[in-house]
Amino acid sequence: MITIDHPFSVPKVKTEIDGFDLIANGGLPVGRSTLVSGTSGSAKTVFAAQFLAAGIERSGENGVFVTFEEPPEDIRRNMKGFGWDIAGWEASRRWAFVDASPQPGQPLQVAGPYDLGALLARVEHAVQKVGARRVSIDSVGGIFTQLGENANIRHELLRLSMSMRRLGATTVITAERLEDKGPVSRHGVEEFVSDNVVLLRNELQDEVRRRTVEILKFRGATHQKGEWPFTIVSGEGIIVIPLSAIELKQKSSDARITTGNIELDRMCGGGFFRDSVILVSGPTGTGKTLVSTEYLAAGARAGQRCLLFAFEESREQLFRNAAGWGVEFSELESKGLIRVICEYPEAMALEDHLIRIKKEILDFNPDRVAIDSLSALERVASLKSYREFVIGLTSYIKHREIPGLYTATTSALLGGTSITETHISTITDSIILLRYVEDIGRVHRGIAVLKMRGSRHDKDIREFVIDHEGLHILGPFRTVFGILSGNFRQVTQSELDQVEVIREAATPLPTQRNSG
Amino acid sequence: MKYLIKLYVTGQTPRSMRAIDNLRRICEEELREEYELVVIDVLERPQLAEDEKILATPTVVKELPLPIRRIIGDLSDSERVLLGLDLRPYEA
Repeated sequence: MITIDHPFSVPKVKTEIDGFDLIANGGLPVGRSTLVSGTSGSAKTVFAAQFLAAGIERSGENGVFVTFEEPPEDIRRNMKGFGWDIAGWEASRRWAFVDASPQPGQPLQVAGPYDLGALLARVEHAVQKVGARRVSIDSVGGIFTQLGENANIRHELLRLSMSMRRLGATTVITAERLEDKGPVSRHGVEEFVSDNVVLLRNELQDEVRRRTVEILKFRGATHQKGEWPFTIVSGEGIIVIPLSAIELKQKSSDARITTGNIELDRMCGGGFFRDSVILVSGPTGTGKTLVSTEYLAAGARAGQRCLLFAFEESREQLFRNAAGWGVEFSELESKGLIRVICEYPEAMALEDHLIRIKKEILDFNPDRVAIDSLSALERVASLKSYREFVIGLTSYIKHREIPGLYTATTSALLGGTSITETHISTITDSIILLRYVEDIGRVHRGIAVLKMRGSRHDKDIREFVIDHEGLHILGPFRTVFGILSGNFRQVTQSELDQVEVIREAATPLPTQRNSG
Repeated sequence: MKYLIKLYVTGQTPRSMRAIDNLRRICEEELREEYELVVIDVLERPQLAEDEKILATPTVVKELPLPIRRIIGDLSDSERVLLGLDLRPYEA
């Protein structure tokens, strides 16, 4: 499929590589060559093969794979794990190899000037044989290894690229880089196919491997800038995580949903918005899991499908806790209203967690989602990756116009903030804080609605208690100050009276409303 | 022992013609009548080039006698051709 992202832009062909077309503003410039450069192990061959596989599977476009390094039998075998039946496609004339991999035997002897006319003739022949719209050449460094470094070969590769353009085939050419921050490629390959350059990186960051893709340039066409994380999933291949490239163009809803707690609904000005993302933050043991449980139970009781991702507690623990508050998860689960997915944060990389969560959401199609706790995932990645993960997750949930409730555990017992709070509070629509409050030798719990985007809300910090029926919100704290920071200070009744007098004086009188 | 030599070229370019002339001359001089020379134009027979995995043109492949030898270029360097193809002058 060909897309045009701008009236003056070069038309593009959708690669159908997951997420890539979003950062490429539609795909690769059609009929042109794109250099895909990366260090060893940066997934260049997977990219090249997936460009063809996705074309065959999703666009009905056939492809030719020119291999300068690995023999075709290795590629057929290595790509099987992604579910690509290359041998089958060859048999049905949808995929053709041009095998330019090194052949055993003595090295080539050179006796006078030569060109790559035979290679060109073979590639053109293969393109015509299967009616290819896509060509992958992997990787050009191999030809220099076989024939030696010379300007003649660069010129011949330019001829190859021009020839593909003439045949109308969109071409991916991979090339090696020695380092992730160095020159674009070895052998100065970018000089002859410099129209479009994509960089694949595989860097070690805080002891975690992080793969990213960056579109360096598209001549005559637009693209998203910067590095985008991607991951490689067995059975699927490369999945680029476009994060904020996803436009936040979903409509904002005025519809409210219950939080699962009448008093909390009231504090929020009538419940959560149906398509909002809510952060519930507080130290361990303050009742975050309870807030999430009541939110899910209320949905399920109203016949909504609710999905919970738990990263801190086991199923048994979660179900037992919920039962202790009067919520029978197992019953709701047997009715198909709740699905609970428990996973160790360390079980996989953050990108893979994101893909897993998206898959489950796609599969279960929930009306409500909760993640308990989001902050448990902080420890499996660098801060940058974590922030990208949260942005990606939030935009996905918002895109589906369903509410998402995240819990976050603050590191300090009194006051304090978490990384999650600090870095994602601007992304979420609502923030609810749970706090321990010390008051004359006793510990109470406090709840405050800190932010409700697009709505009035209760500004009080209220006391709450937890019993076998759940969470009960009481009156505001009047004699304790400094709850949010954790630096408590008690005030006397006379001080309090003075504050009330000042407050009343500062409040404007209600204005008379016109009835007509 | 008869030599079987194949020459892959791209069309009738000056370089192709030069390679054909050079190879004929070398064969005549060194192998007398004891050789068979097959010239293949890869533009007309691309599948043959594919089967033999030919990259560059001109390419000479000495298929017989074994071992198979390959050499690329317009064959203007006769010494290299003789060495590279393992051709020994015919001895009567």
